[in-house]
Amino acid sequence: MSKQDRFKAVPMPKQPPEVRIHNFNEVALGYTEEQAIKEAERCLQCPEPKCVPGCPVGIDIPAFIKLLREGKFREAIRKIKEKNNLPAICGRVCPQETQCQMNCVLGKKGDPVSIGRLERFLADWEREHGVEIPEKQPSTGKRIAVIGSGPAGLTAAADLARLGHEVVVFEALHEPGGVLMYGIPEFRLPKRIVQAEVDYVKKLGVTIKTNAVIGRLFTIPELLKDEGFDAVFIGTGAGLPRFLRVPGENLCGIYSANEFLIRINLMKGYMFPKWDTPIKIGKKVAVIGGGNVAMDASRCSLRLGAEEVHIVYRRSRAEMPARKEEVENAEEEGIKFDFLANPVAFHGDEYGWVRKMECVRMRLTEPDESGRRRPVPIEGSNFFMDVDTVVIAIGQTPNPLIQQTTPGLAVSKRGTIIVDENMQTSIEGVYAGGDVVTGAATVISAMGAGKKAAESIHKYLMNKR
Amino acid sequence: MFKIIEKKELAPKIKLFKISAPEIAKKAQPGQFIILRVRKEGERVPLTIADYDREKGTITFVFQEVGRTTKQLGKFNEGDEIPDVLGPLGRPAEIEKFGKVVCIGIGVFAAPMALQARAFKEKGNYVIGVNIARRKDLIIFEDEFRAACDEFYISTDDGSRGYQGIEFLKEILERGVDRVVVFGLVPAQKQICELTKPYGVKTVVDLMPIMVDGMGMCGTCRVTVGGETKFACVDGPEFDGHQVDFDELERRRRMYTPEEKIASVMYERLGGYES
Repeated sequence: MSKQDRFKAVPMPKQPPEVRIHNFNEVALGYTEEQAIKEAERCLQCPEPKCVPGCPVGIDIPAFIKLLREGKFREAIRKIKEKNNLPAICGRVCPQETQCQMNCVLGKKGDPVSIGRLERFLADWEREHGVEIPEKQPSTGKRIAVIGSGPAGLTAAADLARLGHEVVVFEALHEPGGVLMYGIPEFRLPKRIVQAEVDYVKKLGVTIKTNAVIGRLFTIPELLKDEGFDAVFIGTGAGLPRFLRVPGENLCGIYSANEFLIRINLMKGYMFPKWDTPIKIGKKVAVIGGGNVAMDASRCSLRLGAEEVHIVYRRSRAEMPARKEEVENAEEEGIKFDFLANPVAFHGDEYGWVRKMECVRMRLTEPDESGRRRPVPIEGSNFFMDVDTVVIAIGQTPNPLIQQTTPGLAVSKRGTIIVDENMQTSIEGVYAGGDVVTGAATVISAMGAGKKAAESIHKYLMNKR
Repeated sequence: MFKIIEKKELAPKIKLFKISAPEIAKKAQPGQFIILRVRKEGERVPLTIADYDREKGTITFVFQEVGRTTKQLGKFNEGDEIPDVLGPLGRPAEIEKFGKVVCIGIGVFAAPMALQARAFKEKGNYVIGVNIARRKDLIIFEDEFRAACDEFYISTDDGSRGYQGIEFLKEILERGVDRVVVFGLVPAQKQICELTKPYGVKTVVDLMPIMVDGMGMCGTCRVTVGGETKFACVDGPEFDGHQVDFDELERRRRMYTPEEKIASVMYERLGGYES
């Protein structure tokens, strides 16, 4: 292999920006077999791999890459699935650049091996060639309730089912998948892929009960006492939108990112009136925030037909929490970035629709507890932007319903559930993981937490007399 | 799937459904609501629970055929199944012993108000029921509502039955009451709150703004109450009517009126796009 081939990643085929801004189809098209093998051949097969510790679920990365480049795709995906039940999702939305790929030895001199793209290739290959259902352990007779069917819940459910437990997942919405269904847009994570992964979890014997809002339909004490569950896993995520709390925020045309994305992704607002739920988009859109959700909302706005889309972020480019790849995609598509600006008020017309956004310029001072430089407003720097749609994407916090209806459940000041090193909450037999514990984070960290909780629940149930 | 046990037409375009939903029936309380969908491509529509039977495992709701979803729902028959029903949602109404309670149910909302009136009565309140409709043929739930009340009044907008308008409420208020509960469309709720305000009587309103998830996720239903933003789905649906910004609420409720019209007309003319 030439030096150039060794250090240069095989590029991912993508829909060109001028085409993709007019459709909701997936942007990244995936490797062909040849491309995947060529990329896999770059792996040095380190005897002490640095990539594996970077993986929150501990996939044996060099082993699956070796199988892949030998053309043993079935064995390769089996290797991934030893640790990860949802590879088609992880291969698409994991921030590999800060995890497995960050420590790749090749990354010191060139491009790291594109581990995520290879994972995606294998998962897609398996879906096309028939998904294998792994053998399960003999039944333990134990019943576990999993609350929430997002990444944490699905992972915990799949692992527990494979260990021989009976698992029922309670999902409050009408479709399983949590944030994978309602939050991440089709063009980044096609919903048929999520549905296929959910089907896989069902084939492991997991029952998914939709339209079941825990805290109202059943409480956790009732699940344990009356419904005959031996343990509970809470994976309810961070679904409560944060607002700016500035004047005019309830004007028509101002959405929380959650509302905007639920209308688009879960309710298929872009297919109105074929689908019943409408979504309104203006000519000039401002999306407030600098995370992946802000990138998603801004790119959705373009696809819905907005003429000009701005991301307004109170810090500078360097502090943006969004993945680099997503920021690049957004820029390629023509999203404009306004850094060091923060809305202080919204002004509407006589019908109550937002027309202008009043912002203040910010400057960065010393780092805060997150390690990022804290932004402070510059007095007298107010300016106005014409807008007719605004999406507030400044973060989410956990939904408090379970916390409020479960006596004795320890909760932090931020509303997150407190767990010990085994993911157990303050109540015996009740475990939690994912965003409901950490606050809004990534899909893979939620999966890692679901996995760890499943191990702990298994130990707890097997040792309990 | 949720099977329809009973279907009744209460008035033109106003229908009652009793459906089998044992888990919801077990937990439902007056003032709570459900969210339903009528098809795979369907929108999520909130409807207030008008009754429940914990033993038989049924819940009852009443709706008026106004938009695409309610029009399609109206075509469902006994034995048919509604694909998605979620609930019970929202905080239960505050039902305490207040003394004299005036329960005002307007139009289709007379049905859930009858349930609240019964709950107030069971708590030992003196319940004054007021059933308001546009015309006499649109008065629904009269018998059930009346049965729960110590005094009962009917009023129509056109005077075709009972009192005309809401001025007569002043007589009741002048006698001295301890609480007023109003359930109806936003403009009517606003009018009644303005009428009760000079009497200094606590007036609570049940709000049903546009919702999507109904569990606090989206914030579509946000409403300003006493200068603070609240979510009707999880902080309500019951709020202090003298604190609610009704004008903002009504504007937000009309946000999608053009789209609702399009969907409704397309459904009627083309039968919609059936899956």
